[in-house]
Amino acid sequence: MTDASFTELVRLRDDEASDAPAVTVDSFADQSNAGAVRIEPGDDARLLLPHLDHVTRVEVNFPSFTDGRGYSAAQILREAGYTGEVRAVGDVAVDQLGYMRRCGFDAFQPEVPMNEADVEAAFTRWENVYQKTSDGRVPIWALRHGEADG
Amino acid sequence: MKILTGNDLKTGQVVWWTGEYWSLHVNDAIDVGDKADEIAKREEALRNVNVPYAIDATQDENGVRPAHIKERVRALGPTVRPDLTLKPADPAAGNWVI
Amino acid sequence: MYKYDSWDQQMVDTRVEEFRDQTRRRLSGELPEEKFRPLRLMNGLYLQLHAYMLRVAVPYGTLNGAQMHALADIATKYDRGYGHFTTRQNIQYNWIKLEDAPDLLADLAKVEMHAIQTSGNCIRNISSDHFAGAARDELIDPRPYAELMRQWSSFHPEFSYLPRKFKIAVIASDTDRAAMRLHDIGIQIVKNAEGEIGAAFYVGGGMGRTPMIAPCINEFVPLDRLITYAEACLRVYNRYGRRDNKYKARIKILVHELGKDEYTRQVEDEYAHMLEQGVEPPFAELERIKTYFADPAFETGLSTEVDRSDPDFALWVDRNTHPHKADGYVSAVISLKPVGGIPGDASDEQIHLMADLATEYSFDELRVMHTQNIVLPHVKIADLPALFAKLDAAGLSTPNLDQIDDIIACPGLDYCSLANARSIPVAQKISERFAANGKGAELGQLKLKISGCINACGHHHAGHIGILGVDRKGTENYQLLLGGSEAEDTSLAKITGPGFDEDGIVGAVETVTDVYLAQRTDGERFLDTYRRIGMAPFKEALYD
Repeated sequence: MTDASFTELVRLRDDEASDAPAVTVDSFADQSNAGAVRIEPGDDARLLLPHLDHVTRVEVNFPSFTDGRGYSAAQILREAGYTGEVRAVGDVAVDQLGYMRRCGFDAFQPEVPMNEADVEAAFTRWENVYQKTSDGRVPIWALRHGEADG
Repeated sequence: MKILTGNDLKTGQVVWWTGEYWSLHVNDAIDVGDKADEIAKREEALRNVNVPYAIDATQDENGVRPAHIKERVRALGPTVRPDLTLKPADPAAGNWVI
Repeated sequence: MYKYDSWDQQMVDTRVEEFRDQTRRRLSGELPEEKFRPLRLMNGLYLQLHAYMLRVAVPYGTLNGAQMHALADIATKYDRGYGHFTTRQNIQYNWIKLEDAPDLLADLAKVEMHAIQTSGNCIRNISSDHFAGAARDELIDPRPYAELMRQWSSFHPEFSYLPRKFKIAVIASDTDRAAMRLHDIGIQIVKNAEGEIGAAFYVGGGMGRTPMIAPCINEFVPLDRLITYAEACLRVYNRYGRRDNKYKARIKILVHELGKDEYTRQVEDEYAHMLEQGVEPPFAELERIKTYFADPAFETGLSTEVDRSDPDFALWVDRNTHPHKADGYVSAVISLKPVGGIPGDASDEQIHLMADLATEYSFDELRVMHTQNIVLPHVKIADLPALFAKLDAAGLSTPNLDQIDDIIACPGLDYCSLANARSIPVAQKISERFAANGKGAELGQLKLKISGCINACGHHHAGHIGILGVDRKGTENYQLLLGGSEAEDTSLAKITGPGFDEDGIVGAVETVTDVYLAQRTDGERFLDTYRRIGMAPFKEALYD
């Protein structure tokens, strides 16, 4: 293997990362002043929506990368206008980063550090996209019909 | 006997552990006894084989015969295309599978 | 047919490069197999019994001559000289090397083809009516809607790690030639009382271990809401489909467990929300796609006369052609089911020939049928004798569309790592038996479908006669099913009773067809007789 540098946290935000401990969705119901919350695959992200004002970070856990419920969770948060950090944690690998970012994730903390060159490639490879999602990218159908600003 | 099989990582070809290398021919397979996991782990790490696993087989004067029909199909090739099996000159080779 | 613009081409080219990078990381050891497996599956690459197998997408079954030639070239260059047309209207190659796969995909991309999402727990290749754009009985060509959905579903970021695979079919006639109600989502393009075109959504059908017929959850979704509605259906499934048991993970189980009404309520809630998200392409995009599916320049004033003096030709015309919307044309079916042959297999030479015939006789267009045959959709009736002669010379003129020897068979244990029993030899023996005993010709329409395991790639639940291969203590055993249909009269076949060995199942099929011949009334198909007289007479003949 070549000399590669590896990263344990990729963050696409400029603000300071909060170190508030993330509480579970269940306990969040009782202490909705918590600064960070962690969504497990079976949790309903919509339960958080009324209380997100002071939440600076939502972690979405992927116990297994093949369980795609977290993608919908992130989309739901972004569709509701949440602008804080949405961080993918757990079994997160470089080949999922592009999709995750498109669903509104802007931080990634994998169990196994990722090769930085691969991360860069994952974010730059797809110049265009077919769908409108919460990342605000202009889909190909909009480009075709002159809606360059989406 | 226990024999070890898998597929070649690059080509996907069915291969059998001979004690020294991976062969295309089931008759070259050796009894790995209780060493299956150890060999499999080592060979997979070296990328000499993809997803190796141990199977039951018997051996007699005709050679090594995997216990399950699926492994016999793997060892020979598709019974409906004798020309693409490892014994293209033997139209009756498919009978060995059944 | 659809033609890529620079954006479509860029997407496919990018996927080739991404897969090249993933393959490189696998071969270098950076990616272990358990991480690579879902990635290669998402690009149609399986590890099967003898080698890697690559499934190439044929969107809604439509191909042009150049694409068909490219498929033949791939068979020559990367495989062992043949390909296998599948029940998903795709083609798969059985002997692919992992190290060759990126180059193969690059060759495909040159002719606007790919293997994207032909496997994996994502939205699969979208299937359609193989006579779309040609059939006399269709409301409108369904393929533009399928193409719109192809683009929407390609690399969909939210729906690429679903609980299980997800199959969509789009049709636009009351006659169902695509097994629409046996899909995760079946869409029928319909006209409402006001004369507007829209889409009826059937959700939660499927075959496999627990076959179910999809209920209609919305009879009329406006065409400019198609994507939004599909998005809502998928989001409810992605969030709430079962992930604890892979055999209960398909959407049919969710719809069944929630009940159609509750699932529909959740979809409608999500739909109301999604309507605010602006996910729907503008109507102009659908119009743009439609222009590619404009009718070819059909001639008018053509003769509809067929010279029936050659009985072989006349039989082939009767059986293997389908009424066309333009007078003087038909859709001609090229059977890939010669007696004793391997259903759906075609050699590189045959694929080249079919490509040439499409160019010469069918406005350069071909279709893959889910029954593993090939269609030349727009053939002038006057050209049929010449076409037939060329097919006949290449062994491609078997006159057996929807006959007992037009058998659907999955690859089975000869190729597939999931199979429990071989399917192909059973199909071969049945077609040989009925050719030899001469009974085949008397039977009329009889759809026989064989699967080598419970996953039902051979559609055995939907066969007038179905056969399911099982493993009984290490030997192959075959269950017989009767009474299924994948057509507009969708029904699920029932098991007759204890299974048979390989020779026994061939005899059992003959036995049930004998019951039919003895009991049928005028004009009844096998399926009609079964529905009228029920299982008992067949069981009696089989087991008493």
